[in-house]
Amino acid sequence: MSKAVVELPPKGGFNFDLCRRNEMLLKKGASPPSFRKTGTTIVGLIYQEGVILGADTRATAGSIVCDKNCEKIHYMAPNIYCCGAGTAADTEAVTDMVSSQLQLHRYHTSRESRVATALTLLKSHLFNYQGYVQAALVLGGVDVTGPHLHMIYPHGSTDALPFATMGSGSLAAMAVFESKYCEGLNKEEGINLVCEAICAGIFNDLGSGSNVDICVITKGHKEYLRNYRVPNTRAHFSSKEFTFPKKTEVLLTKIVPLREKIEVTEDGDAMEE
Amino acid sequence: MDLNMDLNAPHSMGTTIIGVTYNGGVVLGADSRTSTGMYVANRASDKITQLTDNVYVCRSGSAADSQLVSDYVRYFLHQHTIQLGQPATVKVAANLIRLLSYNNKNMLETGLIVGGWDKYEGGKIYGIPLGGTLIEQPFAIGGSGSSYLYGFFDQAWKEGMTKDEAEQLVVKAVSLSIARDGASGGVVRTVVINSEGVTRNFYPGDKLQLWHEELEPQNSLLDILNSPSPEPMNI
Repeated sequence: MSKAVVELPPKGGFNFDLCRRNEMLLKKGASPPSFRKTGTTIVGLIYQEGVILGADTRATAGSIVCDKNCEKIHYMAPNIYCCGAGTAADTEAVTDMVSSQLQLHRYHTSRESRVATALTLLKSHLFNYQGYVQAALVLGGVDVTGPHLHMIYPHGSTDALPFATMGSGSLAAMAVFESKYCEGLNKEEGINLVCEAICAGIFNDLGSGSNVDICVITKGHKEYLRNYRVPNTRAHFSSKEFTFPKKTEVLLTKIVPLREKIEVTEDGDAMEE
Repeated sequence: MDLNMDLNAPHSMGTTIIGVTYNGGVVLGADSRTSTGMYVANRASDKITQLTDNVYVCRSGSAADSQLVSDYVRYFLHQHTIQLGQPATVKVAANLIRLLSYNNKNMLETGLIVGGWDKYEGGKIYGIPLGGTLIEQPFAIGGSGSSYLYGFFDQAWKEGMTKDEAEQLVVKAVSLSIARDGASGGVVRTVVINSEGVTRNFYPGDKLQLWHEELEPQNSLLDILNSPSPEPMNI
């Protein structure tokens, strides 16, 4: 039996057909779908002596900033660091897990870890979870075979490039890289370029913000520059101190320092049975 | 235009991949664009991956699926080569790819073209599209851009071409499909495999021939970017 369906070309203008349905759904209590932003701008680039990684420091829960100064550049090995975008729990868990696996592998082989090892461990884990582990990573490091920079996507695919950006601010950062990157940058130029790219994400993407973290990795040496640039300091502080409302009777004042100072004395006796 | 670009879309390679036999070996060719939704995630990717010294595979479809399948097959082929005591044949490589593609057809989304040279059969091309069929062909095309090349190959393909003719055909074909397919772009990479070994070639996007209605670049940013830069790092 043939279906007689005449395909009419769409008429111009807005199609109001679904508005009634949406109204009906709202009345019944169904909420419209909300936007889920995986806020972040993370970048990496290869320069003359190694790799520079950069990240912003904003963590969002929906449209609320839940952490104004979080750390997105995760330690993997003494010579390998990994920036993570996507679900914070997923990036933390997967980088911690692979970092431990790399440590065990170092004990086993008595050698410095290679970036390709970290890459394979991460990509096979992410592929096995078919994209449900929402972690988009920029992995960078310097090993015996040279400097390496890789992008790892939530579904498990990887790319190797001289400069990389990920996260919701990646388009803004990539625009900066595409216009200013060239091979053989020196350390100062590299750090400035990474900073500019992250700032482009911070100022133009709602999911990224606060400060810039940078990590420079070269052969045998690394520099973790936490809060390298702080372009978003709080402008207005109230000059009044905190006062209790009038008519409050203060019964007891006790001040507990949050960090205790522990003094370690050297020259103790060795432990004996 | 949908400005809410889905940067969480699976990384896929809308692609053009080609494999062509000639008298003496094979030429594999591909573009270099990898997209996530409407954003180009990598404009210079290498879609022609090595399986063994003499067998290469062109990947299309889901980037993750095709990378993992070729990694597994590279591993199996390595073991097979050790056990066999001599280089693996192109037919074995193609069959390993086919077994993975067919037996996991519900979970994978990848179209592959296996090409190589061995001493028994010479140059061979095997196409393994979605679903896991294995088909030996004198030439194979795949990816989203291949739709624009079926007619072209029907007319331009000839039996018994020389190496240069085959390579020029591949470059022309990829270049034509880049001009028409939005999901293909970047540079053209080719790999020539014959009894003498493997040669990789690279054709930058701005050096390709201009087709109908394509214009010469004027005041291109590429001129500024192409100014000489210092030497890259040596380890």
